[in-house]
Amino acid sequence: MTPSVPIVEFRGVGLRVGTTTILRSVDLVVDPGQAIGLFGANGAGKTTLLRVLGTLSRPTEGLARVLGVDLTTTDRYDLRPRIGLVGHTPALYPELTLRENLAFAAEVMDVARSRVDEALAMVGLAGAAERPAGACSHGMQRRAEFARELMVERDLLLLDEPHSALDRDAVDLVEGLVARTLDRGGAAVLVSHDRDRVAKMADRCVELEAGVLR
Amino acid sequence: MSGIRRQALAVARRDLARERRRGEVLWVTVPFGIIALLLVPLAIGTDQATLHRVGPGLYWVVVLLFGVLVGVRGAADETGPQRDAAALLGLDPVAVFAGRALATSSLLVVFELVVGVAAIALYDIDLIGVGWLALVVLLVAIGLGTLATIASSIVASGAGTAALVPLLVAPLAIPLLLGATQSLDGLRQGTSILSWILLMIVVVLVLGIVGVVSSGPLQESR
Repeated sequence: MTPSVPIVEFRGVGLRVGTTTILRSVDLVVDPGQAIGLFGANGAGKTTLLRVLGTLSRPTEGLARVLGVDLTTTDRYDLRPRIGLVGHTPALYPELTLRENLAFAAEVMDVARSRVDEALAMVGLAGAAERPAGACSHGMQRRAEFARELMVERDLLLLDEPHSALDRDAVDLVEGLVARTLDRGGAAVLVSHDRDRVAKMADRCVELEAGVLR
Repeated sequence: MSGIRRQALAVARRDLARERRRGEVLWVTVPFGIIALLLVPLAIGTDQATLHRVGPGLYWVVVLLFGVLVGVRGAADETGPQRDAAALLGLDPVAVFAGRALATSSLLVVFELVVGVAAIALYDIDLIGVGWLALVVLLVAIGLGTLATIASSIVASGAGTAALVPLLVAPLAIPLLLGATQSLDGLRQGTSILSWILLMIVVVLVLGIVGVVSSGPLQESR
């Protein structure tokens, strides 16, 4: 990654679904080593913006580059393993154990299986590795999702409500994960309603109001 | 191992592990299929000669209709956040399609075998040409599994609801049903079944190509 290339470069990005405009004229530049706090009321478009940043939704207008790749024209599969997303709704498979959930991610990403147990131990879930995800608390599931992010090195970390349902130790883990990403020259976007906590982690904060970034 | 092959096997293993824990196919769909086979003699009478004659056809109809249910599970068992998280692992859409089709086809083979044993017991179906029969069972499972995976992907893309899957799958599975019933009939009468086997192979290949080509656009249209 060239230091001069922004991790995120959005110029006049908009997203329209049918007749509904969800994002309009979003300008956002995130440089390597930067963490951005993203705030906004419910329905302001925060999660949608996070999905666009994660290449999961394609913008309908504007220039949108993530890690130097134009999202409007290019296939995004190669880019995706460089982007980590932990949403506020757990994305684990409830029937599978925590170890199986992480092992699936490790196999898909071609990461050594030994990283699975290391990551679970790092988030304090070594003793719960054989427990089905569906039988774990919301907080444990979130820890497991952060463990998945610890197995690999992402260049862009997208966290939706990073402090939700987490105890003090887990919050330290999240902050450590963000710091590690930034130290490596990556970037992070943190969506939250907890302005004080996120403001401490972020280099700058922006507000989304009805799809418009302020 | 190539990336797509490794990812496809991971997806298949994940789907089969989830199914093993839930047991929907083994404990719900298979018994339902056997019950359907049990109900037919109550409706048309228990004359053994009649049952012997219509048994193979009824078996394939049950496989088709209940096989769709096996395929439907793929349309409803993954939430939006799960799909997003999987996509950000760098899963290639072709690997997702191949893995899901492999898992569904494997489940369908189990379904066909268990319900097949029940059909043989209930309708006294002759087991002639076991090798050919195994090939027919496999082709139906792959074809139906592939078709159900495509239909599930259409539903997951937001272009319809899970209730749409049977409507998409059943009519398009008719060539498979025709090939299977005619193959069994040919084996009983000692005539060549090569043309029916070829028909099923062509159907499976066409479905495979459609699945591979459409996997990217269907995943990205969400």
